[in-house]
Amino acid sequence: MADPYDRSDPQDPASGAGWVEAPPRMGFFTDTSVCIGCKACEVACKEWNGVPTSGLDLLGMSYDNTGALTANSWRHVAFVEQPRPAGHRPAADPAGAAAATGDPAGPASATGGEFLGMPAAGPPGRTGSAQGRTDFRWLMMSDVCKHCTRAGCLDVCPTGALFRTEFGTVVVQEDICNGCGYCVSACPYGVIDRRADDGRAWKCTLCYDRIGAGMTPACAQACPTESIQYGQLDELRERAAARVATLHERGVPEARLYGHDPHDGVGGDGAFFLLLDEPEVYGLPPDPQVTTHDLPKMWRRAGVAALAMAAGAVVAFLGGRR
Amino acid sequence: MIPERPSVGERFRRFRERLRGDTPTSAEPVRPGRVGAGPDGRSGGSSTGPVDACPTGVTGGGGRAGRGPGRRGRADADLAVPPAEFTSYYGRPILKPPVWTWEIAAYLFTGGLAAGSSLLAAGGQLTGRPAVRRAGRVAALAAVTASAGLLVGDLGRPERFHHMLRVAKPTSPMSVGTWILTAYGPAAGLAALAEAAPLLPERGPLGLARRVLPPVGRVAGLAAAATAPALGTYTAVLLSDTAVPSWHEAYPHLPLVFAGSALASGAGVGLLAVPPAQAGAARRLAVAGAALELFGAHRLETGLGLVGEPYRTGRAGRLLRAGRALTAAGVAGALLGRRSRPLAAISGAALLAASVATRFGVFQAGVASVRDPRYTVLPQRERLARRRADDAATDTP
Repeated sequence: MADPYDRSDPQDPASGAGWVEAPPRMGFFTDTSVCIGCKACEVACKEWNGVPTSGLDLLGMSYDNTGALTANSWRHVAFVEQPRPAGHRPAADPAGAAAATGDPAGPASATGGEFLGMPAAGPPGRTGSAQGRTDFRWLMMSDVCKHCTRAGCLDVCPTGALFRTEFGTVVVQEDICNGCGYCVSACPYGVIDRRADDGRAWKCTLCYDRIGAGMTPACAQACPTESIQYGQLDELRERAAARVATLHERGVPEARLYGHDPHDGVGGDGAFFLLLDEPEVYGLPPDPQVTTHDLPKMWRRAGVAALAMAAGAVVAFLGGRR
Repeated sequence: MIPERPSVGERFRRFRERLRGDTPTSAEPVRPGRVGAGPDGRSGGSSTGPVDACPTGVTGGGGRAGRGPGRRGRADADLAVPPAEFTSYYGRPILKPPVWTWEIAAYLFTGGLAAGSSLLAAGGQLTGRPAVRRAGRVAALAAVTASAGLLVGDLGRPERFHHMLRVAKPTSPMSVGTWILTAYGPAAGLAALAEAAPLLPERGPLGLARRVLPPVGRVAGLAAAATAPALGTYTAVLLSDTAVPSWHEAYPHLPLVFAGSALASGAGVGLLAVPPAQAGAARRLAVAGAALELFGAHRLETGLGLVGEPYRTGRAGRLLRAGRALTAAGVAGALLGRRSRPLAAISGAALLAASVATRFGVFQAGVASVRDPRYTVLPQRERLARRRADDAATDTP
């Protein structure tokens, strides 16, 4: 088994996990600039994987009534409403100007997010008269398990229920998991979750059963706009870089990739994204780091404390007559 | 879904009421986009902007959960000290709150108690203090039995607890802890069992046990004491090796807190169960433990910046303050009560209570740091900005 702290080859986690002649690493590229928020991915995922319902709830969060990735939602479409137009900004528009200058605080800082209300019969912002009409843009993003190169959940799993597949993805073996919940706290993205009535941890498997048979994962198969693209990670990264360049050319300077960099805190994601705003706007951490990165330092500190503990006991018993 | 999810439609009803302006807009996290007025007050700047188009309160800024009840309205946006700016998705936590419940916080205590008691017992064994040895061994067995029960009980699938024994993974502190407990538990059990030897009959097969048990108990007691420091401190790594901001960032200090707390609780057992005349070592152990624990707790609260805040505020802050007060009272009582059995016993109980409060406080602080996304976002933003500055500096020598 390879050294778990080895970061030398972040491109090939499957070989690092001991697979011999592993197939190319597979992943998702989710291009949020073409997501239309249809939630077909959520439905297809539930259908194929037999994921139970999470109950009916209206969350008051735009069209998002899923809320977050959970044990019962392995795809989650986020809806963000922002009072600024997408593309085509007049030069005088301060929001557009801030975005165009590449304001590091992000374009949203110019506007402050505004919540425009629950879905009505017409689209939000359309009041019937030109005066009352506001400019806004939708941000929609289909979130999913990132299948990290350096996966915190996988590192901390004490039963070996979580494992690295030959495709470089991370999957829970449901017949092994005993529901200790360590992975839930270790995930820097808040993805993996314990199912309340079942007691085991569940998350996206990147359709391990389907991709093993050469098929496309259910969500990518169902996506009508190819916002979710499935393929070899190398190829997806090239495709994503080209897409960002195209968007920048067309006047969308805020387009950026998230999770594509093999040198980030998790060694790059197997499922990465093209975003149109800062990651935290979508509920993603801006700089995730695998928690086991600091583990050697933690063990050393614990070792020092353990020695202090033993020394304390020795002193207590030898330091006096009674 | 996060545990406190309300029943069907409740959020929607509250949301509708808020739009109508029925309820004060305190502590409503429901806003996408930038939270809090920026230094330039732009969130309230435009008179024709969408801010005015919204009926009420929801646009007031400062919409972070639990803060700024509508006070940071548009009028005083320029006067107020701007909060550290950050964005969240409808104020939702980015990370999942730990699914661990009170059992794990209680185990942090019982595990530490077992470790401290075993050290106490070994000290008593090696320095010829039989009463100390007996109290320590019995307490260690009780505590490690409770620990096993609590740990198994917190599993989502308790009947599969033995799956922990499939693997040994140094990257998983829980796996390491499993093996520490597997080594420690039987040793502590044998040592405690040996204390029952004088109760056995002198003849027959049990008579053999009566003769064999004491030496076996001596070896087992020393083995338990050898693993005890690992048992008392690995739990700090268990908490730190998570994405929970206030646990992870506390990794340099948590082991000291837990080591000190374990020693102090072991000393508490000694003070409770041993006559003051023989409890001198327990008193000194209490002082050593309290010193370690108070030093570590001080570093937790002052040395961590923003993610140290949960250790000072709310329920966690109250628990940790209570723990500190109880530790101080316990040590003072132990030192003053050299001749008074009741005072020594009360001091011992105070030290045990202090350990409970400290463990639950640390546990709660971590949970609180997950529930507010700013503890996740702001430190990561800072780290990102630092790294970008470093990169820029290296690019332009």
